Amino acid sequence: MFWDKKIETLKPDELQELQLKRLKKTLGLVQHVDFYRKLLSGAGVKPSAIKTLDDIQKIPFTKKQDLRDGYPFGFFAVPMKKIVRIHTTSGTTGKPTVVGYTQKDLDTWADLIARNMTMIGVGKDDIFQNMVNYGMFTGGLGFHYGAEKIGMTVIPSATGNTKRQIEMIMDFGVTAIHCTPSYAMHLSEIAEEMDASLDSLRTGIFGAEPWSESVRQTLEKRLGVTAYDSYGLSELFGPGVAFECPERDGLHIWHDSFFVEIIDPKTGERVSEGERGELVITPLVKEAMPLLRYRTGDVTVKMEDGCICRRGQKIARITGRSDDMLVIRGINVFPSQIEHVLLKIPEVGNQFMVYIDRINHLDEMTVEVEINREYFSGELADLAKLQKKVVKELRDALELRTTVKLVEPGSLPRFEGKAKRVIDRREAI
Amino acid sequence: MDTQKFVIRQISIFSENRPGRLAAIAHALGEEKINILAFSIAEANGFGVVRALVDHPEKAHDKLLSLGFNVAFTDVIAVRMKDQPGGLYEVAKILGDAGVNIEYSYAYSGKEGAVLILRVDQVEEAIKKIKNSGATLMERSVFH
Repeated sequence: MFWDKKIETLKPDELQELQLKRLKKTLGLVQHVDFYRKLLSGAGVKPSAIKTLDDIQKIPFTKKQDLRDGYPFGFFAVPMKKIVRIHTTSGTTGKPTVVGYTQKDLDTWADLIARNMTMIGVGKDDIFQNMVNYGMFTGGLGFHYGAEKIGMTVIPSATGNTKRQIEMIMDFGVTAIHCTPSYAMHLSEIAEEMDASLDSLRTGIFGAEPWSESVRQTLEKRLGVTAYDSYGLSELFGPGVAFECPERDGLHIWHDSFFVEIIDPKTGERVSEGERGELVITPLVKEAMPLLRYRTGDVTVKMEDGCICRRGQKIARITGRSDDMLVIRGINVFPSQIEHVLLKIPEVGNQFMVYIDRINHLDEMTVEVEINREYFSGELADLAKLQKKVVKELRDALELRTTVKLVEPGSLPRFEGKAKRVIDRREAI
Repeated sequence: MDTQKFVIRQISIFSENRPGRLAAIAHALGEEKINILAFSIAEANGFGVVRALVDHPEKAHDKLLSLGFNVAFTDVIAVRMKDQPGGLYEVAKILGDAGVNIEYSYAYSGKEGAVLILRVDQVEEAIKKIKNSGATLMERSVFH
């Protein structure tokens, strides 16, 4: 099912032509933003110097901190009278980031949400409970208007009062829900306590937090839904930037609206095809707050072309933050890659610690991982075999030789909130 | 022949190779008044397995488990041997001739002579051959 079949299945050459046209238009819009005028003249880039899509690499990046420095309205490219809505994102440190929308932006955004929801097969016949914050958070109103646009019956239930949420699902025959994966977990537990049947549910849209495949399985089982990952960020309207199709193998990012680059977060250079890096997006359709080469901080990789659904190239589900990247013997390593490898080996636990040392001028990475209680046979040889297996799997995934230490179950630190699993003991050269 | 009664349960404890781990294990067993008849440590690359023959394997297992240790039972056999030159040769030859491979082994020498503890690849075959040769195997019932 397509919301806008033509645009969702554009041929590569048509897509590139459209992207270039829209990029040029965006370059015109940013001239109304002091920050960009200075950024471009500082880098010696005249708008006329951008003749091809590849020329975008001449433009410096825009970072989250730049947006914070522009607080409150420094990045608005249109007069305030044209701004019809403001959202903010909570800053963990300091001032929030302010984002503004023109009426056209709101229409464009709702349209993107409509594409996503149509893609997973929900529509007019669905009753949709939107269980996210309806305030400054973009997830609430963003999904609300998108769902209304395709004619769903929308219940703006927002957050809180989980029992009431469950009653509404049952009484109204809700078929589709949207919330964070952690709230969905909570909801499923309360529903179990209440002995509530959520039979009417079919579709779960979960986003705003990274979540694993095992969480997907749990949620699907407990809620009786098919679970879809939703990706977005307020700086790029909000949710709706990328979304899973029914294949649920990677996120379709809307290339007509977002120009995608994957870069090495340390050097700023583009990575080669198939390599993991930081997602950099240049929105091509934003009016109130156009951005150039915005560093999302999210780590992903471009997937191979050719999804069954015929939409454009996908990116992998977000697996971490670029701030966490390590450079070991010149090779980029994301802690999430290590986690990925360990998840696939049932004989070891999912907790891990990484230590990096410099020994004889060489970087050495040591990974500590707990052995899984159930898999301990009592035989040293089995442990040695397991150790070798972990080393091999890590080498295959990271292209890096590591030292693996098997430690006793329960001995590694558990983290609440942000985990600090990497200890870099290298001294500066 | 009921070979099962000669199969003895050794406790095998996974341990990181760092100071204090053996002390922690020994202390736990001491507290429970469990006597260690014999033990050995096998070491590999940063971790090891402590193997012990104790008078109360079940109790030792539960105690160590409750303290968070990773413990497993391993089937071994224990052969009484002559505490004199050539004693070990006798036992080793029997198994060697029978094509039974010794994966690891350790021994202790106590009041009633020397005992060789063996982890072998073919337990039943080993028990039969040793019994047939006239040597004495310790019985499982010695342990509680």
